[in-house]
Amino acid sequence: MFEILRQGFVQYAFLAGTMVAVITAIMGYFVVLRAQAFAGEALADIGFAGATGAAVLGIGALPGMLILTILAALGLGALGERMRGRDVEVGMVLSFALGLGVLFLVIYAQFGSNAAEGVGVLFGSILSVTRSDLLITLIAGCSILLLLAFLFRPLLFATIDQEVAQARGVPVRLLSSVFLVLLGITTAETVLVVGVLLALSLLIAPAAAALRLTYRPLTSISLAVVLGVCITWGGLLLAFVGAGTHLPVGFFIATLAALAYFLSIPLSRLRFSQRYRPLPHPTRECSPLPDHR
Amino acid sequence: MFAILQYPFIQNAMLTGAVIAVIAAVTGYFLIARGLTFAGHALPNVGFAGAAGAVLLGIDPILGLFVFTIGASIAIGLLGSEVRERDTSIGIIMTFALGLGILFLSLYTGYAQQVYSFLFGQIVGISRQDVLITTLVSAFTLVIMIILYRPLLFSSFDPQVAEARGLPVRALAIIFLVLVAVTVSLAVQIVGALLVFTLLVGPAATAVRIASSPLRAICLAIVLGISYAWLGIYLAAESLYWPASFFIATISFGVYLPVRFLSPWLREHRGKPVIDASTNIARRDFEGKNV
Repeated sequence: MFEILRQGFVQYAFLAGTMVAVITAIMGYFVVLRAQAFAGEALADIGFAGATGAAVLGIGALPGMLILTILAALGLGALGERMRGRDVEVGMVLSFALGLGVLFLVIYAQFGSNAAEGVGVLFGSILSVTRSDLLITLIAGCSILLLLAFLFRPLLFATIDQEVAQARGVPVRLLSSVFLVLLGITTAETVLVVGVLLALSLLIAPAAAALRLTYRPLTSISLAVVLGVCITWGGLLLAFVGAGTHLPVGFFIATLAALAYFLSIPLSRLRFSQRYRPLPHPTRECSPLPDHR
Repeated sequence: MFAILQYPFIQNAMLTGAVIAVIAAVTGYFLIARGLTFAGHALPNVGFAGAAGAVLLGIDPILGLFVFTIGASIAIGLLGSEVRERDTSIGIIMTFALGLGILFLSLYTGYAQQVYSFLFGQIVGISRQDVLITTLVSAFTLVIMIILYRPLLFSSFDPQVAEARGLPVRALAIIFLVLVAVTVSLAVQIVGALLVFTLLVGPAATAVRIASSPLRAICLAIVLGISYAWLGIYLAAESLYWPASFFIATISFGVYLPVRFLSPWLREHRGKPVIDASTNIARRDFEGKNV
């Protein structure tokens, strides 16, 4: 039953999946706290344009995605001075990137190649992860983790209470841009494993579930990592071992992730009685329309 | 140069494109006012999953589209009202639906091209009957929007005060999301799940930056939407194989960027900030009706 685990491509898939799960869980903690789920989704979809563009140019999908997501992250950082609630800017960049992606896909199909191959980016192709993809994932992942460890305290401060952090001299704007670039790199890697359409699920579900169950930052992050790795391994195992029906990995991962989140809602009600729930923070809500400055 | 407009399939595309642009611009305005842009992106994707499921079961994809988008919109309306929670639950509902969509696709052994057309759109394959159905359903949605206009506007801009005044804010939110779901289901078949979002958000986002009152912004969004759709379809037809959705997205972004960067200057010269003006107008309109 477990013989399949000895094969090379399966081991690559597990290695890549584990690395991605750890990084997305940690990044996801900040994404959920900063209410940037939409930005994460947008960056993943921008990865689609990057991958199809790379296919047209004949370079690898991962470099193409990395280039475009980093560019888009820089653009988003420049457009929105505060990303929270400013989802219109994200939406506009996203729709433009999707248009580009569709164009690249059409051009790619014109060259006689199969459009379904380009569509593969949408759904992920963890089974075709190569050694060089693995290496890039490892290097990028380690740099993200190092940078996050270095920025952890100011980033958490700026995330939880932006106004006070700014008053204390934390470079909030710069941190926000740096975080978006890290998020761009993370989503490009996640796309490799679960595809454009499901990257968001690994990014936010483990962290959102963990945030419902604990309030301490480090405990939340650790729980998110554990959940993320369990979800990924569970998805891979079910896909590889499950009855030989070849159901897609992405389906299992997305379902397990949704299950974890929806289970965490009643669990958090049990754990924290209604009385002790923290009040909503005043800075969390903010106007979606362009306001006066 | 305009000879291409004589083909009936181009005429049908232009007609449906215009109808969808109108209804998308109106819903898009409220989506932006409510900070629900993400839902505007999530619902088409959910609809894609529904269509894939329907194709697998061998029933009409439209049925799958409606069931999935309306189900997801009710779930989004019920789960979480705070921005942070809402975005998270939208994201998880969307990825869960997409996961199902991928499962349906992998189980489906037939010709997958039909399913992919729901992702990328199929603007040239529209019949007269499609035009008629789209127009009727859009008109119906539009009428409900007009009936609900004042309370919807009020609860979009000032939910707390609206609730204090006794408006059923939650019910309005759910009704509105169901209307978005209907609009999206119509549009997905024609412009594709990936780019419904462009017609929803592009024109409205630009209009909100220019016009000072809600009604003017909605009218401007409608005009912009129709122009984007027509120009996009025309350019696509002229260029033969470049997709209309690419042109529409590029035009929409190309108009938005300069407006985005000029809008602080525009506002300085007009005085009133857009959001305050809109909130005040929404409240005044609503009270004018009730007092």
